[in-house]
Amino acid sequence: MKTKEVEQERHVLVVFPHPDDEAFGVSGTIAIHTSRGTPVTYACLTLGEMGRNLGNPPFATRESLPDIRKAELKKAAEAIGIQDLRMMGLRDKTLEFEDDQKMMNLITDLINELNPSLIITFYPGYSVHPDHEATARAVVRAVRALKPEKRPKLHCVAFANNTLEEIGEADIVYDIRHVYHKKLEAMKAHISQTIWMLKDLEATVANESGNSELKDRFHFEHFWTYTFDEKDHVSDIKQKS
Amino acid sequence: MEPILPEKVQELIDKFAGEEIYLHLETTNGAYASHFNEKFFSAGAYIRNAKLTYEHGKIVGNDPYRVGLKLEIGWVYAEGLTHYGFDEEGHLLMAGHDFDGKLAVALQIGKTPFK
Repeated sequence: MKTKEVEQERHVLVVFPHPDDEAFGVSGTIAIHTSRGTPVTYACLTLGEMGRNLGNPPFATRESLPDIRKAELKKAAEAIGIQDLRMMGLRDKTLEFEDDQKMMNLITDLINELNPSLIITFYPGYSVHPDHEATARAVVRAVRALKPEKRPKLHCVAFANNTLEEIGEADIVYDIRHVYHKKLEAMKAHISQTIWMLKDLEATVANESGNSELKDRFHFEHFWTYTFDEKDHVSDIKQKS
Repeated sequence: MEPILPEKVQELIDKFAGEEIYLHLETTNGAYASHFNEKFFSAGAYIRNAKLTYEHGKIVGNDPYRVGLKLEIGWVYAEGLTHYGFDEEGHLLMAGHDFDGKLAVALQIGKTPFK
């Protein structure tokens, strides 16, 4: 696996729909940016209100979960040094039904305010959850509307089962082992969502001989650079007649 | 949330009968079901803050339970309910938690809108 050095950025904008989306895939990368003093803004679009891990016996209800996840999100952001955390107030599992123009404008406003040199989000078409897809489309549309020379870099996370065969390997792989402890803290902060996975992970880490896929998954972070060419399959917003 | 006591829940359902209420109903197998198992047919439904009045309601079954609410010209029902409780605003929360502790179904009734 060929890894790259994380480039120095002016400002990093991270856009994901759910508290914990940042923890699994990109928290190591964020920690590297924040440890250099690079400003990082995390726009988290929902509070993951529809999360299903409520326990049995239950530790939370459909109504108490948002506050629990909000507190977890703040803790996770702190663990990886994010100072500008924005909770955007949309509702879990509704993003694809929102007005597409409103979704795009939300991202455009963030770009205009922050002038990021890098945006991190999901890869449209390869990010499985409908909210991930709706988020990715909004970001792509907002960036695409900028003049090419004004566009920030767009690094996307993809994990659909058909990712490799359709868009190939990630062009960016970062070795984040030196900040792995921060990543683990971020994942632990989202304990209501991660407790099952963390048990597996800790068992694997404890087993030294295990050169496991799970461990690798958390020691390296993968991004696909989004390009506005024939690979760009995000449609334009349909105008209402 | 506590395991459902059917007599207790029946009493609560009776209390809301005949009054305008706000209803939350959801079923879900999770947005990742078809990702982890491509042969899985993922389905679910969700309605939040539906304003309605039911004539009477009933809890039946033997853990998990089913609850049906008869409307003037329609019905609401949910199956797979295992737990009940209240939120801070006194809304009645009923939910079905599966063997892994994941929410599978929720039916909630309140006299004020859910947040």
